[in-house]
Amino acid sequence: MEAYVQETLAEELKPPVTSKGVIGWAKSNLFDGWFNSLLTLVTLYFLWKVIPPLVRWAFIDSLWNTTGAVCRDADGACWSIITTNLRFILFGFYPHDQHWRPLIAIVLLCGLLFYSRNRNHWNTYLVYAWIIGLVVMGVLMRGGILGLPGVETSQWGGLPLTLLLSIFGLTAAYPLGVLLALGRQSEMRAIKMLCVVYIELIRGVPLISLLFMGSIIFPLFLPEGVTIGQILRAQVAIILFTAAYIAEVVRGGLQAMPRGQYEAADSIGLSYFLTMRLIILPQALKIVIPPTVSILISAFKDTSLVVIIALWDLLKTTQSTLSNPEWMGFSREAYIFVAILYFLGCFSMANYSRKLEKELSTEEH
Amino acid sequence: MVADENAIQAHASAPEKVPFWLDPKKRAIVYQIGVLCMFGLLAYYLISNTLNNLEKQAIATGFGFLNKESSFEIGETLIPYSAANTYGRALVVGALNTLKVAFIGIVITLILGAILGVARLSGNWLVSKIAAIYIEVMQDIPVLLQLFFWYAIFYETLPSPRQALNPFYGLFLCNRGIIFAAPESHPAHKFMLLAFILACIGVYFFRRWAKKRQDATGKALPVFRMSISAIIGLPLIAWLVYGAPTTMDVPTLTGFNFKGGITLSPEFIALLLGLVLYTAAFVAEVVRAGIQSVSKGQREAAMSIALRPTQVLNLVILPQALRVIIPPLTSQMLNLTKNSSLAVAIGFPDFVSVANTTINQTGQSIEGVALIMAVYLIFSLSTSAFMNWYNKKVKLVER
Repeated sequence: MEAYVQETLAEELKPPVTSKGVIGWAKSNLFDGWFNSLLTLVTLYFLWKVIPPLVRWAFIDSLWNTTGAVCRDADGACWSIITTNLRFILFGFYPHDQHWRPLIAIVLLCGLLFYSRNRNHWNTYLVYAWIIGLVVMGVLMRGGILGLPGVETSQWGGLPLTLLLSIFGLTAAYPLGVLLALGRQSEMRAIKMLCVVYIELIRGVPLISLLFMGSIIFPLFLPEGVTIGQILRAQVAIILFTAAYIAEVVRGGLQAMPRGQYEAADSIGLSYFLTMRLIILPQALKIVIPPTVSILISAFKDTSLVVIIALWDLLKTTQSTLSNPEWMGFSREAYIFVAILYFLGCFSMANYSRKLEKELSTEEH
Repeated sequence: MVADENAIQAHASAPEKVPFWLDPKKRAIVYQIGVLCMFGLLAYYLISNTLNNLEKQAIATGFGFLNKESSFEIGETLIPYSAANTYGRALVVGALNTLKVAFIGIVITLILGAILGVARLSGNWLVSKIAAIYIEVMQDIPVLLQLFFWYAIFYETLPSPRQALNPFYGLFLCNRGIIFAAPESHPAHKFMLLAFILACIGVYFFRRWAKKRQDATGKALPVFRMSISAIIGLPLIAWLVYGAPTTMDVPTLTGFNFKGGITLSPEFIALLLGLVLYTAAFVAEVVRAGIQSVSKGQREAAMSIALRPTQVLNLVILPQALRVIIPPLTSQMLNLTKNSSLAVAIGFPDFVSVANTTINQTGQSIEGVALIMAVYLIFSLSTSAFMNWYNKKVKLVER
């Protein structure tokens, strides 16, 4: 009996030209059926109508370092409004010759943030580094010691103010939010009630009403003669607001913990405090890192609302520049610049959150 | 030995009394009393300070100011209002304006968000990428900045009323807003509205009946087509019966402004545009997640029993996707409503804006802020009540 088995591989047939390479890709992704083809053509036409004039406006015809009067006669974008007023937009009324101080503070902050990106660096030393870093930034901004001239907080403005409000807003709101979440999960009725009412009340009202409360009503709460700066009052409002949202995120993490974790902690005789500190919170807080980052992004965007209670944040300094007769009418350029700054901040945070999510989810498998 | 056993028995029958600080129940009571006392003390401290301060500044407390004459004008009103009316009425005007922006904004946002969400999942690479870029960019720019941007665009790029852009007959674009022609008021409109409401009620009961019939007999009626034709047809019949009035109220330029037609103010358009474009990005993400949550097998199973594509969507995909979509969608709608309070920054007379003017004029800051909070709380709480009802209704009934 002879077996007929082919001993050599059959010659590989190449796929047709139309199903591979650029043509194949375009065929399956852009011209797949008459509807998709039509959609692609319409979109391409639309892009062709929009992109070239936009590029022309933003780059080719644009002016980068002129006076406002020259800009008015030009067709393109007037980026001169940014280059000429950059220092005011970024630093507000901070004394002009001292601008290097907020600049160093911002660079320091960015460096710390960048270093903290890597989860291998998350340890006790990092906490110390942050504490030292924040103190150094505070000293740089406030001055008054080490030969630095003092700068009143009422002169703080621009980007440092925006960053200050969001960084301190989150660092103070986080522990408060965790406490509120624990209170909401508590079996003690009175405490649970207080926390539920607080969280739902805050989440039900817009941030602007809390900012109003901070700027108009808060002074009435204090005994006579005691005053608190406008920035601090807005900061308190942002902290109280953000804490309620963090509490809800953390509650999600607490509820995701299996019952067995609590029972295991009970069985080895841990107290409530130790159960939370050693067993529950480390796991619960870890799984809610991604939603926490989106709260951080919201908080960062929401700091722009302080413009309504007349704090000199990034948006307010920009508006003030725009009300200067020389630069009136160049809002598009100015707002696009601020939008790019906010976008860079939010986008890098969102990106980081996605990366972290991926890392955390692969770890478990 | 015997003595030992006795001791053990005694121990078991009469357990050692646990001191109260080691008894979790009693301890919990102590904690709660402690927290409540602290809370009470803090409240007492703040309230007494406040009362002291108010007395010093000679501000009367209470809501009596609501009945006083407001003496400020409001640019846009849904109900008749003048400076001679009371603060109370001014606040109602503001609340109605908030509802107006929220309602129109939510409708447009839902449509735009759904389109963007579907576009994001499109097999067309170009469309999907453009949707992705839109979603990412819009989510990462503060909504207040977007409001300022649109408002500035309106003021800086559009001409004055005299040189208003007139893309087609009856529509004008200028820095006073968008002015367009509207049908002249006619008694027929009332009956058309009535016919529309009747059609909606009829469709509601018809759908219920059709569903019952389908459950009983398995026969499906073309419910969607019949509903649409009723909702459009009935008002159309009313319009024809009353002589089909076609006169339009076309805006004309008189002096420095337009007369006639309907005017949408720049503030309103900027607010609407900002809120809609911002929230639609979030809605698109919600829609995308909802559609992706329905597993591929569901679609394949539906197709294998020979359902038509529309049936696959209506009977299999959407009911399951909506269960995932609706809760986050409601919170986005609520966000839009809360964000509409930013109208105060560009001068649209919404509730917060009117309340802010009231506070500035009367000095009744506590009452004013309390009113703002109360109004938004009512919106939020009624929405979450609806959500709970809906969640119960669509909850998976498992065996």
